[in-house]
Amino acid sequence: MSLDIDPNTPLLWALRDHMSLKGTKYGCGIAQCGACTVWVNGEATRSCVLPISAVANADITTIEGLSDHGDHPVQVAWDELDVPQCGYCQAGQIMTAASLLKKKPNPSKTEIVDGMSGNICRCGTYHRIQEAVKLASEIASKKKTKSTVKKSA
Amino acid sequence: MKSTRRSFIQKTALYSGAFCLGFDWFQANGKDVSMVQTTMDSGRFNAFLAIDPSGKVILYSPNPEIGQGIKTAFPVVVAEELDVDWKDVEVRQANLDTQNFERQLTGGSGALKHSWERLRKAGATARKMFIQAAAQTWKLDASTLKTSKGFVLGPNGQKASYGSLAEIASKLPVPTEVTYKNRKDYQIIGKRTKGVDNKNVVLGKPVFGLDIDKPGMLIAQIIRPPFGATLKSFDAADALKMPGIIDVVSFKNKVAIVGKSTWEVMKARGTVSCKYNPGDLESDSTHQKWFDEGMKTDKATVQRKDGDFAAALARSAKVVEATYECPFISHSPMEPMNFFADVRADGTVLLAGPTQVPQSAQKAVASLLKIDEKKVEVELSKMGGGFGRRLNNDFALDAAELSSIIKKPVKVMWTREDDMGGGIYRPAARYHFKAGLDASGNMIAFYLRGVGINAGNATRQDNFPVGAIENVLVESVNQVSAVSTGPWRAPITNFLGYAEQAFLDEVAEAGGKDPVQMRLDWLARAKSNPVGKITYEPDRFIEVIKQAAEKSNWKKKPGVHQGFSVYFSHLSYVAQVADAQIVDGKAKITHVTAVTDCGEVVNLSGAENQIKGAIIDGMGHAMFAKLRFNEGVASPTNFNGYRLIKGNEIPTINAYFVDNGIEPTGLGEPALPPTGGSVANALYAATKKRLYKQPFEV
Repeated sequence: MSLDIDPNTPLLWALRDHMSLKGTKYGCGIAQCGACTVWVNGEATRSCVLPISAVANADITTIEGLSDHGDHPVQVAWDELDVPQCGYCQAGQIMTAASLLKKKPNPSKTEIVDGMSGNICRCGTYHRIQEAVKLASEIASKKKTKSTVKKSA
Repeated sequence: MKSTRRSFIQKTALYSGAFCLGFDWFQANGKDVSMVQTTMDSGRFNAFLAIDPSGKVILYSPNPEIGQGIKTAFPVVVAEELDVDWKDVEVRQANLDTQNFERQLTGGSGALKHSWERLRKAGATARKMFIQAAAQTWKLDASTLKTSKGFVLGPNGQKASYGSLAEIASKLPVPTEVTYKNRKDYQIIGKRTKGVDNKNVVLGKPVFGLDIDKPGMLIAQIIRPPFGATLKSFDAADALKMPGIIDVVSFKNKVAIVGKSTWEVMKARGTVSCKYNPGDLESDSTHQKWFDEGMKTDKATVQRKDGDFAAALARSAKVVEATYECPFISHSPMEPMNFFADVRADGTVLLAGPTQVPQSAQKAVASLLKIDEKKVEVELSKMGGGFGRRLNNDFALDAAELSSIIKKPVKVMWTREDDMGGGIYRPAARYHFKAGLDASGNMIAFYLRGVGINAGNATRQDNFPVGAIENVLVESVNQVSAVSTGPWRAPITNFLGYAEQAFLDEVAEAGGKDPVQMRLDWLARAKSNPVGKITYEPDRFIEVIKQAAEKSNWKKKPGVHQGFSVYFSHLSYVAQVADAQIVDGKAKITHVTAVTDCGEVVNLSGAENQIKGAIIDGMGHAMFAKLRFNEGVASPTNFNGYRLIKGNEIPTINAYFVDNGIEPTGLGEPALPPTGGSVANALYAATKKRLYKQPFEV
């Protein structure tokens, strides 16, 4: 993927305006709200303040690429617990949650609350966000158990 | 196809075997709903319930979705009465269609109240027609047939899907009399139904206004003047030389930077300098002065007068007096304002984007451009929140005016700073209360003066406990400001509720009463012998209060300091108990119990979301939010200075609903007004310090 644009262009706007990947949202432009969270080399990162020159050759994952069929445990849990209200901040919440679970597959309540508290949700869906992270970790661990069983069988 | 009241218009209802039933969701009288059968026009069908031969049920949801869940709740009601399986229902968002819809808006928590009967009738009418179609086919009496999950069932095991009956049903006359399900038989209403847009949201589909992309579309940002100032001149010479910049134009004291991409526009904008004629620029000190003057003036508007307040106060054994104040605050939806407009050479206009009131946008733009409303088409997008901000179509007008100037399709995009600094705030207000208590601590005189800045009447003069108090005087004063204001989730009551409920806590304390029992005593009075007119139902108030006291273990939790509040707004009743505990030497709200009477709960999942969300919203803004003004300029203008509540600052919340089967009323707003009060009262119980000003934490 190559883009012929100003190297200072924040990754957020490169994604949205030049690659038509509009799942990543603009909320504040100063890395305060988390709506623009994507993964850069697997790390949850605020794309609104990250110039594309800083991510040359980096591996970028957006909400559109989190799973092939919308079945990442976090996406499944988000739907299952009916988390979204307006939904605008949720792509950033989901990318943050999925990153948290990569590092801590079985996070404690405190780890979930702390890990998710950098993302603002103006509708106040925080309870369900926290519950859904927990559920996602359970879904992921069940999946893992299943595949382990399959392999050994 | 618009139906008129009491008339039934029937047309051929066949489109590849599909059954289509139009229903006017939005007539004025909910009891009198007309059904219209019609054709699908070139595959597009608005306002209609459609069932295709495969059994798929398609419902168009007319109201703009802002996070209140209406796009899910409306179809739930239709599907229930139609008696179909929810998994066979597909919901689509309708665009603005003034021929088929009325009240196609989001505001006032009024949608379900308004449409309940219409939605039920739409579903029940279609269901009856399928039964009649099966009766005709099987040569049986319709009364012997039943329905279940999209099938008509006969007495001897006959079974036919709605889809297979669609063609026959479509040729039947539309029945005028239908019966509704008994609520004990509900399969969907009252259960948990997931949001119909969840999948789009978790996949990151481009469903929001800011995601709109149209052929040839340009991007623009607008520099707006300080409140009260006018534009003298601007210098855009550098901006115009920058890559991707198409034009910089001025209209109505604003300067618009137009370009090919968001970042190019943002960068160029930073080089544009504007000079202003200052005019009368307001600062915080101006507003404080206006509050002071408003409290002193003898020209207040009397909003309600019962008995003789002054005389009763004079004979009171004790007087309680307090002043409460709330600042201007921003709506700050996560999706900043934005709108697309294409004013075309042929005189037609396409508007697209997030607005709570699409029809007003259509009217306003038609009026601005001096064209017929019919030439303005409005596409609705999902809204990334709004909280009232998108009731004002300034963003749509800006986009249309700019497009008409540059003669190109353009999306005007507000930065967070534009959104927070660009106006339409919650009005600021100061309230002064006086209560006169008799020797037994009973309130015999109640006085409120509300001074609002651009608030109109900053009081709600009929609010409880008015109606239970012998001598009442409620007055308002409005101060006119250049700072633009508008409705903010639960307009007026979002701050008035806090002031009232906090003051009543002072009244209870001064009179030596329990805040819960004091209110129950008043309600007994309002019920048996009301003073003047009452706008609330005392029994419904009493029920939420009693349940909240019980479920919260009111005053029975050791180490927990509780605050009580109860409020009636948007026709729903919400009682709250907030629990405060001392954590690390600081009082913290740890839990909130909320009991709501909104009549029938249509979608339990969505209802809980609205209650918890409104409490978090109300608490966050009461605790942290404030805009300051200096010479016409608001600050802060982004989330680094303007604090929104976060996930590690929320209490646990238990949301309960009164199960009474009354017709549903609003839920998007009613849990917010009591929140500031329950929180302030709990913090008082913990600290013995009254909170007279929002935000509580400065």
